[in-house]
Amino acid sequence: MSKTGHKTSQDNATGGRKSAGSQPAFPMRGSLLRKNLMTALLLAPATLWLVVFLVLPFIAIAIFSVGERAPEGGYQAALTFAQYANLPARATAFWNTMVLAPIGALACLLVAYPVAYYLALRAPQRWRLILLALIVIPFWTSLLMRTYAWMYILGGRGIPALLVYVGIEDLRLINTPGAVLLGIVYGYLPLMILPIYVSLERLDRRLLEASADLGATPVSTFLGVTLRLSLPGVMTGFSLVMILLLGEYLIPTLLGGGKVFFIGNALVDLFLQSRNWPFGSAIAITLVLVSVVVLIVANRISTRLSGARRVDLI
Amino acid sequence: MTAVPDIEFRAVTKRYGAVTAVSGIDLAIPPSAFVALLGPSGCGKTTCLRMIGGFEQPSEGQVLIRGRDMAGTPPYRRPVNMVFQQYALFPHLNVEENISYGLRQARPRLSSREISQRAGEALSMVQLAGYGRRKIHELSGGQQQRVALARALVNKPAVLLLDEPLAALDKKLRTDMQIELQNLQREIGITFVLVTHDQEEALSMSDFVCVMNGGRVVQLGQPSEIYDEPADLFVADFVGKTNLVSGKVAGLSGDLVDIALADGTVISARKRVPLSRGEAVSVSLRPESLSLSASGGGSLKGTVRNRIFLGSTAEYAIEVQGIGSLLAKADHVIGQGNLFKPGEPVAIGFAAGAPLAFPHAKNNGTNQRENQNAEILS
Repeated sequence: MSKTGHKTSQDNATGGRKSAGSQPAFPMRGSLLRKNLMTALLLAPATLWLVVFLVLPFIAIAIFSVGERAPEGGYQAALTFAQYANLPARATAFWNTMVLAPIGALACLLVAYPVAYYLALRAPQRWRLILLALIVIPFWTSLLMRTYAWMYILGGRGIPALLVYVGIEDLRLINTPGAVLLGIVYGYLPLMILPIYVSLERLDRRLLEASADLGATPVSTFLGVTLRLSLPGVMTGFSLVMILLLGEYLIPTLLGGGKVFFIGNALVDLFLQSRNWPFGSAIAITLVLVSVVVLIVANRISTRLSGARRVDLI
Repeated sequence: MTAVPDIEFRAVTKRYGAVTAVSGIDLAIPPSAFVALLGPSGCGKTTCLRMIGGFEQPSEGQVLIRGRDMAGTPPYRRPVNMVFQQYALFPHLNVEENISYGLRQARPRLSSREISQRAGEALSMVQLAGYGRRKIHELSGGQQQRVALARALVNKPAVLLLDEPLAALDKKLRTDMQIELQNLQREIGITFVLVTHDQEEALSMSDFVCVMNGGRVVQLGQPSEIYDEPADLFVADFVGKTNLVSGKVAGLSGDLVDIALADGTVISARKRVPLSRGEAVSVSLRPESLSLSASGGGSLKGTVRNRIFLGSTAEYAIEVQGIGSLLAKADHVIGQGNLFKPGEPVAIGFAAGAPLAFPHAKNNGTNQRENQNAEILS
């Protein structure tokens, strides 16, 4: 939306200049000015929002990250890369995030794809909306509450207590990487299902018939046509979940019991507990850079493999 | 017809829930022929094509390809290939990859040399040599059509199925493709089965036309047979333009019947089914079988209402008292100023044996069409 608006205003601007230079077209110029003003007014709220809540904080964090920790905590002006050099001190948090985020996104994908496939290609038309609603409705409850629920389900009085009756004792579910992974899949599943569903729903069914007609078995058709053409949805879902997971804080805290430490947890710790703002800022900047790289790579892959002209990521 | 038919339908019925799309069709399509399945939308022609392709299974009866019953054989194991409506080309593959898609599915695997060689041949066959690396969305509609053809033919199918292949093309391109398809079929020598609702397309391209209506085959024959000797009123009306005039059987003499028209004029007509004296009938009069003259001689008298000059021919809407509007078509010879003007009185004569009498139509479809013809001209 903002992109097209920007483009038109640019086009109009050049058009206006041209006509003003070659021939005196004053009425034209007036209407163009009004048009540009209109565009600017329409874009103003969103721009203001982004500047105040994204750009300025980002600049502040970037400045913090090359500063020093004040003796009493917080920020003290300086120009040093010491904080970045110190990143390995949080290697475990980075490692956990870099391993569990892709694995979590992948696990999410493996669960989500069959669901999306069923919804888009197999489910009877009249059930489709109901099933989609069933997937989305839990999202209306706070993730915090739902994750708390999982704490009890996986905790000592939950599933392990039931398993005692069938002879499995001393099973530990809560506060393990497995529990964190489960929470991740549960929490982010709709974000993965919906974009995949959309791309499968848009898939031209006649392409599947054409593939079968040309001698492709159902498996070849799935790999060669269905999967390939749904890749934009897969990559959108994957990068969405992956980026959210890179900054995840809640699920590792509640289901990992502080034993599975993510970058998000490290950030909370640094800013609120030890008040080492510059170091926290350096970690945050690194995290943003990693997210951007993930986005770019995902976009490249899906554009190339699906042959699409352009892919909208989010 | 001693050879095994390429496609055979034996008492094939297809039902979708309560709706019967195809009911009890028996059909044998001879080898190496260009056959058109022609009919209005909803007549079951596409369902028939999809049953040959394997995308639909008959509810009853058998579909045989080269004598083999295809029951339970999925599309990917059938020796036929289809050119889909709107082509269904793979958007993520380039032209060459689209064409070689079928070859890559072959088991045992073909060598990559053979694949690229055959794909190249198929490309030149449809005059697209050098387009192999293009993306599908970079091609025009006509070029996409050719890619779809090449993609199907490269697999050397026993039968090529074409589902309204020319519907998306403009008129000029459509005429070119009609000729090209005809040439291709003769060159390759395999059976082409074409589905179309366009009677002109069916008549002009195919060796045999199979006219369908209401899930049944109404008539199977060569284009000229279908046009000259329509099996019933529906075919007479659907294929080509015709005038349908109501009347009553006034007398019977062998193959011929005398029909009394509404205004009392009695004309002689041929019949396709037995008729009895006094029975209400519709007489089909092809526009080109009506001869117009300025003075007397004809059986009917009328007034020219409209003239549509088409170059080599001219069409006239003629108002005849008590009968209604008739469409007549006359050849135009250069230098011969024989064009009638609107308002001029004319006498209408009939070529001997041209009028065809059918039992009176019970459905409204034909009557509507009759009115349409009149409306177009008025």
